[in-house]
Parts: sequence; C-alpha cells; structure tokens
Amino acid sequence: MSRRIDMTEQEQLITTRRAEPWREELRKRMKNKERTDIPRVKMPELAPEYRSHTRLEEVNLGLSPEQARREAQRCLDCPKPTCMQGCPVGIHIPTFIKNIERGEFLEAARVLKETSALPAVCGRVCPQEKQCESQCIHLKMGKEAVAIGYLERFAADYERESGQISVPQVAPANGIKVAVVGSGPAGLSFAGEMAKRGYDVTVFEALHEIGGVLKYGIPEFRLPNRIVDVEIDGLRRMGVHFITNCIVGKTLSYDDLHDDGFRGIFVASGAGLPNFMGIPGENLVGVMSSNEYLTRVNLMDAANPESDTPVQQGKRVAVIGGGNTAMDSVRTAKRLGAERAMIIYRRSEEEMPARLEEVKHAKEEGVEFLTLHNPIEYLGDERGRVRQMRLQKMQLGEPDASGRRRPIPIEGAIETVEVDEVIVSVGVSPNPLIPRAFSGLEISKKGTIVVDEASRRSALPDVYAGGDIVRGGATVILAMGDGKSAAAGMDEALRDN
Amino acid sequence: MNKIVSKEHFSANVVKLEVEAPLIARSRKPGHFVIVKVGEKGERIPLTIAGADTKKGTITLVIQAVGASSRKICELNVGDYITDLVGPLGQATHIEKVGTVVCAGGGVGVAPLLPIVEGFHKAGNRVIVVLAARTKDLIILEEQMRANSDEVIIMTDDGSYGKKGLVTEGVEDVIKREKVDLCVTIGPAIMMKFVAALTKKYEIPTVASLNTIMVDGTGMCGACRITVGGKTRFVCVDGPEFDAHQVDFDELLMRLSAYK
Repeated sequence: MSRRIDMTEQEQLITTRRAEPWREELRKRMKNKERTDIPRVKMPELAPEYRSHTRLEEVNLGLSPEQARREAQRCLDCPKPTCMQGCPVGIHIPTFIKNIERGEFLEAARVLKETSALPAVCGRVCPQEKQCESQCIHLKMGKEAVAIGYLERFAADYERESGQISVPQVAPANGIKVAVVGSGPAGLSFAGEMAKRGYDVTVFEALHEIGGVLKYGIPEFRLPNRIVDVEIDGLRRMGVHFITNCIVGKTLSYDDLHDDGFRGIFVASGAGLPNFMGIPGENLVGVMSSNEYLTRVNLMDAANPESDTPVQQGKRVAVIGGGNTAMDSVRTAKRLGAERAMIIYRRSEEEMPARLEEVKHAKEEGVEFLTLHNPIEYLGDERGRVRQMRLQKMQLGEPDASGRRRPIPIEGAIETVEVDEVIVSVGVSPNPLIPRAFSGLEISKKGTIVVDEASRRSALPDVYAGGDIVRGGATVILAMGDGKSAAAGMDEALRDN
Repeated sequence: MNKIVSKEHFSANVVKLEVEAPLIARSRKPGHFVIVKVGEKGERIPLTIAGADTKKGTITLVIQAVGASSRKICELNVGDYITDLVGPLGQATHIEKVGTVVCAGGGVGVAPLLPIVEGFHKAGNRVIVVLAARTKDLIILEEQMRANSDEVIIMTDDGSYGKKGLVTEGVEDVIKREKVDLCVTIGPAIMMKFVAALTKKYEIPTVASLNTIMVDGTGMCGACRITVGGKTRFVCVDGPEFDAHQVDFDELLMRLSAYK
C-alpha cells in the first residue's frame, strides 16, 4: 500500500495509460513468447557504394508502416517500463509504441511531443543503444532490444509526411518574457517546454540559421536540415520567437535583456572552440577543425557549386579522432570525392566513443581505420599546403582516469602517410563568449558554466544554463534533457515570485 | 536583413556603405568587426567596422572588391539589403593615453583605422597618421583623418600625391624625428609585416589588426587561427588586434592564400 501512496505523478500516468481498455486488449492479443520471438527489425538503408558518392541522401531510409507495427509488437508493455528511465527527457515509450502497434501513428507522434521538442531529430541521432534501448527488458532475456529509436523516427516522420502535424497544447499566456541564448538542441528543448507553460519565449541565435549543431554539425546524410526546420516550425506555431544574427553578450548585453523585460535567461551557447593538438604543422593550409569542415559543408552548403563558400575537397583525407563528429567528417570527405578517407585514432576500436552504427556505416562506405596511431607532425610543401603526416604507433597500457586503456607510444614506430587534407576532431571547449560577457557566473577550470544539478540555475539567480556550455561536449539528447530541467527550474522560480 | 542607406565610391574598387544596424551601432567600439553575408548562398566574410552613428542607427563599412563575395557587397545599392549581418565581434582596441601614437594604414585598412585614430586623439594622445596607397586616387578618408589627428603624412608608391615611397618610410621619418610610444597598423598583411619589422628595430610597441579567413566569427571554426608568440590564437575571439612583434606574418600570409 505504501508504495501506492509514494507513486509519483509520472508513475501514475504510466499506470493509468497502461490500464486503458484498448491497451489491455492489445496486450492480450499476443503471448509474450510470441512477441519476444519476433526478430528485431533491420533499418532499410541505401547501398554503401551508392551512398558513399551521394552527398545529401539520408543513409537510413526509415521503417515502413508494416515494419513499424511488427517491431512495435515486440514491446512487452512492461508495467514498470525501465526504458523510460534511460531517456533523459522521459518519453512515454510504451504508450507511443503501443499506439504504433494499433496503427494510431498520429497519436504515437502526439505522445512523443508531450515530452520531446524534437522527436524526428532524436529518432535519428540519439545513442539509443546507450539510453532507452540499453534498459529494455529484452536484453535481460538475451534478445535484442526493441528498436525504440527507429520507432520514434517512424512516428515523427509519419506525422510530418501526413501533413497533419499536431501542435502541443500551450497554457494561457502568462506575459512573462524569457530569453534563450543559442538555438541548438538544449535551447530548442527549453523553448518548447517554456512555451507549453505559457511563457513568452525569444530565442537568440548567433548564426544566420536556427538549429545550432543540428544544422552546422550533423550532416545531411544523417539528419536532413529540412527535418530540423519542420521541428523548428512546430515551435514557432507554439509562439516561440526566433532572432538570428544576434549574439547575446555582444549585440545585446545582459543589461539590455533586462531592459527589454526578460526575467529569465537560459544559456545554451554550446561548445564553441575546437581543440587542436598543438603539434608541428597544425596551422598548414589543409589542416582544419571538424567544426570548420562540417560548417562549410553543412551550414554553408560549400560543396554545392552555387554556394559562394569554398571547401577543400581532398583526395587523401585524414580525420583525427574517434567520436561521432570524426565519423561525420570522414564520411563527408568520402562523399566529396576522397579516394582515401582515413580515421586516425590513438586507442583501439573498442575504446572509440563513436556510435556503433556510425562506425559500421563508415566502414561499409570504405573508410579506413588507422587505430592505435597518433599524429605527431604534419609536413607541408613550399606553398604551406599539408602533404604528409607522421604517425606514432601506439599500444594499450593500463586503464586511465576515463576507465579506458591508456595508449602508449611504441618507441621508434613512426610511419609517414601522404595526405592533402587533415580534419582535426579531438573535441571542443566551451564557447568563452557568455562566460566573458556575464559577470557573476561561476566558471569551472574547463571554462564551463557551473549550475545546480537539478534546477540548472547558475550563480546568477536569473541565469540558467545547459547543454555543452555546461557539459563541455555531450549528446543532443543530454542537451535536450538539460533544456527540460532548466525549464522546470526557471518556471518554479518565476512562479514563486 | 540590413538596409543600405548610403553609398559612396572611394575609388573604382572601394566603396563606403552606411548600413542600418541600430544594435551594433550602439554596442560597437573601435577595433570591432562584423560578419556579412549577401544572398542565400553567400559567403560569410569579416569586415572591420569603420564607424557608427548611434542617432541614425547605422554603421559604416568600407569594402574593397577583391573576390567574388566582396564584389557582391560592393555591387549593392542604396535601398538594397545585406542578407545577414552580425556583430560586433572581437575585442575592442585598448585605448589609453600613452603619449605619441603613429597610426599606419594602407589600402582599405585605413577605414577601420579611423575610429582608432579618433579614440586615441580623444584620449589626449599626439596622433600622427601615415596613409599609404599605390597612387593618389586610392588614398581614402584623408579629410576625416586630418580632423581627428595632429598630423597626416601621405605616401604613394608612384609619388602622385604626398611623398613617394612606402608606408614604412613615412613611419620611419616620424620615428627619427620624435619619440613614438605606440604604433597601430592596419592594412594588407604584407604591409603590416614590414611595419612590424621596422618598429621592432626601434623597439616601439606595435599593434596590428588582422583580417583572416573566417566562417562563423565567434570562435567556433578556427579558420582564423594564427601563431602569436609561438602560441595558436583565434583572431575572431582573441583578436583581431595583436602584438605585431609576436605575430607570425609568414604563416598568416600562407593561410590567407588557402583558397587562392
């Protein structure tokens, strides 16, 4: 009995929804054994040879309605859905999946939008294998997890393509103005949450396009910009205002925002500065950050002959690093005509931080993996263009602070590889703009903004922060989770006043 | 979208535009720059702000048509709009009373030098301006410089106006005749390299305002990185002004040719 009393609102909602007659009836239709015996659906994708030459076409094609309903049948509709605990924004996973099973796809999309501002984005770029799917009951039975990510994408895509896009319910306007700095995943998620609560939300973006890393960072073949635009349009319809080409801290100061009547500010300015390794030759022409390379190609459309922005299109391209950004860069290089596209990573493949799917896709597309190699120098020609890189071969030693085995140089084992383009993708540091411009913030040694874990409130009482400016480099969904908790935190503070 | 309210031709390839940008006009300081993009498929290029009118809510840009993107901007007329304009970016010039300041400008670098000249003059410094160009027609803003400084020296390559010779010769004449406490230089990278070499010989602190390739202009891409005193710095967030004696100008020149 006591457990019943302790039930949170969320748990109650889960239970109520699960007890709806249609859902009970649906559960009875198939035995659990039949459900678990269905093999996990395979994502239909473009053939590797074809896609490694097509710059804009999405690799993953999405599930058909039949495939989606079949996959939805695999979900056991658990009374205590552990998958939901693995989701940073707490999507009602069984509820949306069971709606897919019964063919109510639009209703499934509506459920997603209750808690996520960007379901079509999350269904494409979230590391589900590390989140919701890692908590799926199937894994405990030695089976593959329900493809929650694929189903999320299916429902969001179905709604968009149907033209019957629902707008989440918005509370009556409360007249309180709040500002968002940055229009990436953290900022958009916060904006959606606050708009739902009736706030007057304005998002300020430094670039000329809304979307942050979703636009400049993630390539078209993984996340088409038009999909991001539809989600942004949804926020507009909820009343969110967007202002591009406006840098808070430069164009408008903290005081300006106050003078304009903003009572709360959410800083989601992202991880601004690309890291370099500080090795000789790193400033040669042809060596660039993955941020620069991807921004040119994705945001500025530089590979399109109609674009004024140039981008180098190397034939022998080395990408330094083993994360998702490195995979995005190397797969882009392949698509722009690289004959050799190489990943240079100092540890072994096992330690790579990139998603398994990205590594698999890259390999299928012909990307070479030079693991246990670390660049120590770049050599250029008389015009200062990069021509070669010197790689130190490594071996793995004892685990380091990150828990991964530490790479150690093998003495004397150095090789030289011909390259005409090098893309450095070894992480980013927080953008110093806001920390420099807002006095009174607490800034960590790494340059991130220090916030309260739960409310996301900074040392400046009306300033909240989330995403990479706080985490220093994380995922889209963690940024979105921050936006959501900051909205709850700021809402509570403003309501009490 | 920012409207162009006036346009003036300084020479065949150099135009001065006054552009509506009330927020930037209010917050900009000498040394700041903006990023400009013309057209949906336009390129983002940095331009140093040459002045502002807070009452009219406008900023002044001086552009030389050197490539496709700068030509596009130069071809805009009064009433046209700049598709995207963002700023003010970078660190403002550090202006204080130091004594005698020589400001050496070449080409369109003279335009962003004007607010710096004004700033140092207002701060009570003796300001001597050296303006250099290939020929008489390319000397710009002479009148405004005279109104905001103690002396203006004109140098032309062909001797068609002022003295015949390079900007460095004009600067050296001043150094030889009086004590100079600071030198500020803006112009083509090659010009700044030689000004820096000259003032280093005389141990005169020198600041150079650098104009590099940029994409976002906010620290995100790193296209603008240069080496200053052996360390990699980003012109967009750490600059655009640096100790000219510490800048690796040869590397800068090499990086400027990346897309040539």
